[in-house]
Parts: sequence; structure tokens; C-alpha cells
Amino acid sequence: MSTRSVIPFGPQHPVLPEPIHLDLVMEDEKVVEAIPSIGFIHRGLEKLVDKKDFNEMVYVAERICGICSLGHGLGYSECVEHIMDIEVPDRARYLRTIWSELSRVHSHLLWLGLLADAFGFESLYMDCWRLREEALDMFEQSTGGRVIFSVMKIGGIRRDVPDEMLKDFYQRINRMEEDLKVISKPFLEDMAVQTRLRGVGILTAEQADALGCAGPFLRASGIARDIRSTGYCAYGDIDFEPIVSNDGDSYARTECRIKEIFQAFDIIRQCIDKIPSGDIDVPVKGMPNGEYMMRIEQPRGEALYYVKANGTKFIDRMRVRTPTFANLAGLVETLKGCDLADVPILVLTIDPCISCTER
Amino acid sequence: MNTEFINIDPHNVIDESQKLKFNGYHLMQQCATRIPDGYELIYSFGKDLEVKQLKITLPEEQEISSITSIYPCAFIYENEMHDLFGVKVKMINIDFEGKLYRTAIETPFK
Repeated sequence: MSTRSVIPFGPQHPVLPEPIHLDLVMEDEKVVEAIPSIGFIHRGLEKLVDKKDFNEMVYVAERICGICSLGHGLGYSECVEHIMDIEVPDRARYLRTIWSELSRVHSHLLWLGLLADAFGFESLYMDCWRLREEALDMFEQSTGGRVIFSVMKIGGIRRDVPDEMLKDFYQRINRMEEDLKVISKPFLEDMAVQTRLRGVGILTAEQADALGCAGPFLRASGIARDIRSTGYCAYGDIDFEPIVSNDGDSYARTECRIKEIFQAFDIIRQCIDKIPSGDIDVPVKGMPNGEYMMRIEQPRGEALYYVKANGTKFIDRMRVRTPTFANLAGLVETLKGCDLADVPILVLTIDPCISCTER
Repeated sequence: MNTEFINIDPHNVIDESQKLKFNGYHLMQQCATRIPDGYELIYSFGKDLEVKQLKITLPEEQEISSITSIYPCAFIYENEMHDLFGVKVKMINIDFEGKLYRTAIETPFK
């Protein structure tokens, strides 16, 4: 039997975008077991329910993460709206959907850039992030923010987007789609990339389901679970099917995310075609009283929002379960049996967001 | 989403989780909420797009059994409930013993 040794990996590591620590139990070059450890950037945002009222908590929710900021504000708002029985105007539902998909585009492009950087393709990394800038520019134009948007509110949204701007977005989305067709080729066809990704970190459908995985990490293992299918926001009016790959390896996760960007373009176009005119918010009367669990499909996967309110302006509890939190158990499973050199790529393939996870 | 919460006794948590596992549900999340004299725990389970949620009222000093023997991925949620709220969970498969979160004060949400 080979000698076992433990290699500490992270929280600071050149390939890690955020701080997670793994104790890697090694037998020669093979990982036998990985024990995750988080908690380096816990901010206790959920505890702010004691100090911020239920309207202000939208801003707190948005600050959980700099990438899925819009989705967190949306998930929390939808939760309170369900408790208060508020029906959001159709135009607001459509704009929420457009921004959610734009978030998916910029999040997946960010991830693709990081992946390219991890296997040493620096020009490709720059290309992905250059394209991502387009999405951020559209955010800035329509919400006023590039990272934190502060556009969500209980009962609707804070800013309308003029129809002329939406038409302009349509054209820009088309141009981005053409650019992405070029950028995605090396990820899907280059032999060097395939060598690093094919057959690495396989997670079977049974394992992914049993471990409660979420998002593209789950769908790359062949399970067609996409929370957008529940029809929240305007997704019920949109024609789309969950993107699925069957191999369950790192290549499948990459392929899944690339296809989801193309799908996001299509959903945005459908929304722009169908968006009705009208109000963007409704007045909110009274205080929330009750509890609700909402789930939405963030770019990294299913996120859960639980709100318990007591009839005063301060709610009792806000709980957010982020996709990375759900995917940690799956990550540990994929690391078993891999080479030490593949660990950074495998950590990246769950698209980890530790700021989200620790809140 | 179905937000009906099924109230169960803390002693039945293993049995109820076992039944859900047998019926093909995966664990979605576990969380704690502070209430006077104890905690309210919510365990969410999903099967495709369907959801079942168990609600457990736990007196402050009472221990609750870990469900990691049924759902191994529950370790991360149970350690979180312990570290932030001080919920006493027994027999977690990977027990960080209060060191999952590096908080300046012990059980800050208690």
C-alpha cells in the first residue's frame, strides 16, 4: 500500500477565484479523499434582518454576491411578494427575466474565461471577458449598475427600459451570439482542451441526484432539472428546454454552460418580442406575515430563499441556500480518484462562488 | 413551489427522511430559525420539480439526530446549523465541531 499524505489546497491558490480550503488525502499522485473547509469570508448577512426592514433587505440580498446579485434580489423579492399576495405587473416580470438571462450570460462568460486561464489559454480568457463586457454594458445602460444593480423591489422593479433600448439590445445580442460561436470553438473542439476535460471528474446521474447537486453541474450528468421550468417570472410564457449533457465529466459541464449562453440569448430575444407595455410596479400595503420558500435558477444552479415574517416591518428570518453550497458534496465526490494536477480544473467546474455560499 | 410545511416530532426525523429517500427525494436544504426557547428547523426535499418540507420544533437543549446516514451531503447543512445557531446535532458523518465557519463569536445567530 502506498503512503498516504495530506496536501492542503487553498484558500489562496493561483487558480482559485475565491477562498475554499481542501485537505487532499493523497496516495502518490491520486486524490483518495477531499475534505472541504469554508468560513474565511462569512459576513452574517442573514442576521441583518434584525436591523434592516423587509424593503431594505432587498439591497442586502443583492450584496450576497457580485455575480448573481440580481438573482438574489429577485429570489428574496418573489418570496416576500408571495407572502404578501402581491401580483407583479407583466412588464416587470419580463424585464426581470431579461436581466436574469443577461446575468446568466455574463456569469457563464466569466466562468469560461477563468477556465481558459486555468489551462493556460490567456487570449481565450481575454476574449471571453471582452464579450462579457458587452453584457455588463447592457446592464449599466438599463439599470445604472454593472455589478450591484439595485433595480429590484418588492412589488416590481425600480426602472423601466425603453422599447428603443430593448431593440438595440436585440441587435447587440445577435452580434454577441456571432462572437460566441467563434470563442466557443476552442472549448469544444481543441484537442489540448479536450485532453484536460474529457473523462475528468465524472459524476454519474445517480450520484449527482443523491448528493443534491444543482445547475449545469447537475444537468451535465444527464438530469434535466431546471427550476425555470416552474414558470416563475415570465419563464412560463417562454419556449425553452433544459440543456442537458450525458457524460458527467468536465467537458460536459463546459458544453452545458456554453449551450446555456446561446439559450439565454434566445430567451432574451423571445422576451423582447413578447414584452407588454404597462406599469412596472404595484404599491405595497401592509407588512408581510407568514413564511414562504422560493426557488429560482441562478446561473450556477438552483438557489433557495426562505423568508419568515411576523407582521412587523422586520422579518424573523431570511435564509439563502446557494448553488455552490449544494454542489460542495458533489465536488468532493468528483475529486476522489483524480490526479492532483486536475484538482484546480475540477474545483472550477462547479463554478464555485464562496461569497454566495458563506453569505 | 409547494410551501406546505409538514410538522414532525424531532424523534421521527430519521424515519421521515428514510421514507423520502426511499421515494426518490433528494435533500435540497436544511436550515434553522431561532424561536423562543428553541429552534424551528426546516428540511426541504425535492423530486424533479416537486418539493416536500419538514418542519421540526426543537427545544433549545435537545439534541437531534443527523440525517447524514441517509443523505451524506447533509453534513454541510448540519454543521452550519450547529456553528451559526448552536443546534445540537448528533452523529454527523463529517463533524467540523464548530469550525466550519470561522466566526469571531460563537454561534452568532443564536
